[in-house]
Amino acid sequence: MTPIVRPTTKVGPYALEIRGVSHRFGQILALDKVSLSVPRGAFVVLLGPNGAGKSTLFALITRLYDNTSGEIRILGQDVRRQPMAALRTLGVVFQSRSLDSDLTLEQNLLYHAALHGIGRRQAKALSAQVLAKVGLAERAGEKVRALSGGQARRVEIARALLHEPSCLLLDEATAGLDVASREDVLRMVRGLVSTQGVGVLWATHLVDEVRGDDCIVLLHKGRVLFSGPAPALLELTQTDSLRTAFLRLVDSSNGGKAHER
Amino acid sequence: MPRRFAVSAYATCLAGIAWREVLRFLHQRERFLAALVRPLVWLFIFAAGFRQVLGVSIIPPYQTYVLYEVFVTPGLVGMIQLFNAMQTSLSMVYDRETGVMRTLLLSPFPRGFLLLSKLTGGVVVSLLQVYVFLLIAYFWEIELPLVGYLTVLPALLLCGLMLGAIALFMSSVIKQLENFAGVMNFVIFPMFFASSALYPLWRIKEANPLLYEICRANPFTHAVELIRFAMYGQLEPTSLLIVLAFTAGFLAAAIYAYNPSKGMLARRGEAG
Repeated sequence: MTPIVRPTTKVGPYALEIRGVSHRFGQILALDKVSLSVPRGAFVVLLGPNGAGKSTLFALITRLYDNTSGEIRILGQDVRRQPMAALRTLGVVFQSRSLDSDLTLEQNLLYHAALHGIGRRQAKALSAQVLAKVGLAERAGEKVRALSGGQARRVEIARALLHEPSCLLLDEATAGLDVASREDVLRMVRGLVSTQGVGVLWATHLVDEVRGDDCIVLLHKGRVLFSGPAPALLELTQTDSLRTAFLRLVDSSNGGKAHER
Repeated sequence: MPRRFAVSAYATCLAGIAWREVLRFLHQRERFLAALVRPLVWLFIFAAGFRQVLGVSIIPPYQTYVLYEVFVTPGLVGMIQLFNAMQTSLSMVYDRETGVMRTLLLSPFPRGFLLLSKLTGGVVVSLLQVYVFLLIAYFWEIELPLVGYLTVLPALLLCGLMLGAIALFMSSVIKQLENFAGVMNFVIFPMFFASSALYPLWRIKEANPLLYEICRANPFTHAVELIRFAMYGQLEPTSLLIVLAFTAGFLAAAIYAYNPSKGMLARRGEAG
């Protein structure tokens, strides 16, 4: 499948490029020849119902599972062959929380900085910077367990940005948040795309998180059913609602045809 | 961005991982207390009670008759390291359940290096505990030769790494925190009691030759003997070789287990 989302703002390799990736858990085919790409400075929504394979795909991109078929490149670096170079340019926010709740916000960020080989002085400056960016600078010395769900999410985003990645992956980043916090997180991440030129892959099962001009990759039962701009999805399914378009494609997926625009 | 990290970046990473381990340990005051109370109870109560019952003949590295408290001290130091290693294993399982493990595994540094750094962090914590214990023991009139406090350091590092590597490997096998009680029953206690920590091996041989062979095969016995000799500025070569071999073996097994393509994480379909 040819990636259809073209680089828009910057030249050079894609922030993320996936070609023909499959993955099995025993007899179960979790991903079937998945291909997609995220240009630098673009916001791409990986849309799929629960169990579509989004988290498995994230685990492969981040090398928590080993990718044995196809190719995954982050800023042109193959995740399997050049994991060090690839992971250096990647920031990730996982679906479930991954902060150490016994440590303070700053300590969590300093730990992350050390894991990227960033020296203490620079790490302190960067952590102050990213905490300010997510509006939590004044709470740097508080323990994570004192934060609300939305605030913890913002810290996770700050952490993902600390080593200045070119590609940002967010897996159901608004899960468990109230409407206001969801809007807040989404607005912040979209802002990063326009201000910092980060390529974002935003995985979600919530259609209402998709904006009219977003690029969408629709994943269902491990297969890409559609990839392209949101208006093309509406045109393909002959509807004016993304929700209806999403449901139609998912319902018809047993027929097994993938759509590209 | 350069493809490879400078040596200083590796040092930063190692220091950062060790720093988190120490920080977590210091935050958990009850853990610090428990780590000290356990061996001190053995020293103050158990060893005092057994002083009259268990005579210890002159065996190397001792050059004269020693009190039972003196004999049992290296065993209790080993006990501190053993329990600390299991605590590291528990924290790995906890990290995996809470998702913190993913932060570690997502680091661009080689996974073997990350796991070794995690182990080193655990060893640093155990060293803190051991030296506080030795200080208290000093006031209980268990005085090592002054140089012994220094010569025991490399032995402690090595034994800490070996026990940590065993624990790390176990953490890849343990699926849930709830299973940790089983580890206590089936690994820690047999390892501790079937060793030379509490009684000299010749006494065990007299009592039960089979148990003697089990004790000799137990890596914890060799960790204790390495520490015991090092406390008196001596090297026990057989124990050193065995501890080195077990460290290398279990470290390789742990790195294999945490390898995304080959290890148990992949087979179980867990992403850390």
